[in-house]
Amino acid sequence: MEFRRQTLDNGLEVIAEISPKAYSTALGFFVNTGSRDETAEISGVSHFLEHMVFKGTPTRSAEDVNRELDEIGSQSNAFTSEEHTVFYARVLPEHQSRATDLLSDIMRPSLRDEDFEMEKQVIIEEIAKYEDQPPFGAFEKCMAAHFGDHPLGRSVLGTAETVGALTSQQMRAYFEQRYSPGNIVLVASGNVEFEQLVSDAERNCGSWTPFKVTRELPRAAEHSGLQVIQKDAAAQEYVVQVANGPAAADDDRHAARLMATIVGDDTGSRLFWELIDTGCAEFASISPYEFQGTGILMTYLACMPDDTPSCLKQIRDVYEQAQKSGLTEDELLRAKSKICSDLVRHNESPARRLFSVGNNWLQRQSYRTVRESVDNYQGVTLDEVNAVLAKYPLTTSTIVAVGPAPHIAT
Amino acid sequence: MANQVYSQQFENGLTLLAEPMDWLESVAFTLLIPSGADRDPKQLAGLSNFVCEMAQRGCGSRSSRQFIEDLELLGVDSSGSVSNGFTSYGGSMPAEKLRDALTIYADVARRPHLNDDQFDDAQQVCIQEVRSHDDDLAHQVMTELRRHRYADPYSRVSYGNIEAIQQIKIDHVREHFGTFYQPQGAILSVAGKIDWQSLCDHVGQLFSDWTGSDQPIEETPAPAAPYFHIDHDSSQTHLAVSYQSVPYSHDDYFQSHGAVGVLSGGMSSRLFTEIREKRGLCYSVYASCETVRTRGAIVSYAGTTTERAQETLDVLVHELLRLQEGVREQELQRLKARIKSQLIMAQESSSARSSQIAWDWYHLNRIRALDELSAIIDALTCQTINQYLVDNPPRDFRVVTLGAKQLEIPRGIS
Repeated sequence: MEFRRQTLDNGLEVIAEISPKAYSTALGFFVNTGSRDETAEISGVSHFLEHMVFKGTPTRSAEDVNRELDEIGSQSNAFTSEEHTVFYARVLPEHQSRATDLLSDIMRPSLRDEDFEMEKQVIIEEIAKYEDQPPFGAFEKCMAAHFGDHPLGRSVLGTAETVGALTSQQMRAYFEQRYSPGNIVLVASGNVEFEQLVSDAERNCGSWTPFKVTRELPRAAEHSGLQVIQKDAAAQEYVVQVANGPAAADDDRHAARLMATIVGDDTGSRLFWELIDTGCAEFASISPYEFQGTGILMTYLACMPDDTPSCLKQIRDVYEQAQKSGLTEDELLRAKSKICSDLVRHNESPARRLFSVGNNWLQRQSYRTVRESVDNYQGVTLDEVNAVLAKYPLTTSTIVAVGPAPHIAT
Repeated sequence: MANQVYSQQFENGLTLLAEPMDWLESVAFTLLIPSGADRDPKQLAGLSNFVCEMAQRGCGSRSSRQFIEDLELLGVDSSGSVSNGFTSYGGSMPAEKLRDALTIYADVARRPHLNDDQFDDAQQVCIQEVRSHDDDLAHQVMTELRRHRYADPYSRVSYGNIEAIQQIKIDHVREHFGTFYQPQGAILSVAGKIDWQSLCDHVGQLFSDWTGSDQPIEETPAPAAPYFHIDHDSSQTHLAVSYQSVPYSHDDYFQSHGAVGVLSGGMSSRLFTEIREKRGLCYSVYASCETVRTRGAIVSYAGTTTERAQETLDVLVHELLRLQEGVREQELQRLKARIKSQLIMAQESSSARSSQIAWDWYHLNRIRALDELSAIIDALTCQTINQYLVDNPPRDFRVVTLGAKQLEIPRGIS
């Protein structure tokens, strides 16, 4: 396993974790842009633009792009989050160059008006799909309630109204503010020919003009409280709780992940034994999410509407107990074993490594081998895990419930 | 892509399969026991699922909690689930932990406690599982489609229904376990970094004295209605369409698989191009080959807002019917590139290979090695696929919709 890195003259970084024995090569353009870089007026534009990137370039139609991605047998896709937009392909090593050419080309999309209007319909369908699907927007609503006017309070998809009102000019303007080569990293993993990758990147991306890109990082003024949104068509109640957690650059993020595994993993955790093993709830777990400048610990609960108050109380009791008495060495040992085994198994897939390597680079401009990641987790002490609970109390949170219950007594 | 596969049939009927993948550090196993939803008594739908839940609540020398904690300490990512045809236990782990993990799972399969004190909690968990599907509209429409396609018990969902689960008693659980957790037709597959001989010896020690025999299944035909609508106050209408086809074990399966691969699966496939890219009608649309025991069907799905649902259904059905006109050379070449990539990349995942070889054995009674599969794909031509499509035109359609408005069934399929 070898790590290589090179920066083109226009600022585009090319990084790769190379394992010559891998059967596949994974490649991706990681753009440092997402919903937190939008204004309320253009909410949803990052995600809409992600779709438009596949709709063709001056030399390729949308049909050409799709056809060529299939011709090389790629497994390709893209996703948008609060902070990143990622375009990736997994191919056999023999197709590395062609995949690089193709992905590079689509990163300078034409954004044609007729494609824009057609794809707008697809986005509105995607929004409708998520409206019908658990947790029925509870995550977005809770982020909005927790973060208020802070950019992280904005939804990735936007709404049918904001997307419906977007113009192609607004999208072009956003592209011209965000897709600078200095704000993009070309990441590769698996069986990678690095010299070839750099020369393909230079040929295809060397002419991209750089410009200055900034990201607003205002301090988050987090809120707390309970909001109940009634949805008669739902059968279950879906509750999202957001508490503060470590940010992407914070050293205690490993301790926070271990804490979340012990208290709220979907199996074997304290929440599991209290709510899931007993059949009190359908689902209850905690997941940490790290952003630039801030982070959250998100609790997700799905249960029968009538059981919501008692489930929320059980969760609160688990959290209070953990905060009061701390966690145990045995629990920490099992959590480390679970996380580290997972890291090692994921290492066998270049596609999975692509996201770890790319995300780590965007968030922290650093590279870590799987072994280093394992060592980071193994080095965490029980005191450090308990300190996370003191610094980021799970009991101080913003709660949003969506489901048939008109109100929830707490 | 030549891969070595091993199999060993024990006298009691259990089959052990293994595919060494020495370049990996991990190993994965799949244990299939012929205790699927198809074995549930009619009035106790969900019983196999209940037994699966109970079997993981204490077994051998371990309590429910020790069972989970020991797996965590070993770093085993474990699972237990029930499908229509079998109960499946599985795990993925660092290679050196396989021996201990299999020892634990021999207890799950053979020596679960099935204690009274776990019964109430297990029942609640099974009821929660039923409820978890109540808000999954895409799942509901596909489940209903299955019920209209296949004879009972092959159309059943594993989780049963709340009324039936409430009828289940601990004696039902013990009796069902006693009858169906047995070696005849059971399959244990392992893929990853392994030593075949020591695996074989260890599995022999764990399972060779397991006894019991398989039971026959009775069937009743599916409802004959070609169209069924479920009223629901949702933003989208969910469309599910299927027609009869050949199962995985059929000689022509890969002709059908090839034809459906042209419809769906890649970014240039017909359904994606015609329904999403050219018309912007939906976000999700797909078609795939489905095999339920010895029966096969092509199933397709689209989710779209209610006002565009009729047009989506019309275009979807039009594309399904248009397939009879044949596939084109370029479409086939793209499909082959995609399948070839998938086959090679499967070698990066012990879990994927472990499940695949168990699936092969279940349907074929043998394993298709990767190079054999590769040769089958190489031999596909437009001529073979198109001849198959001429000989087997889509027939016996079933359509299910779920949403705010009932739709008109397009001509040519009713």
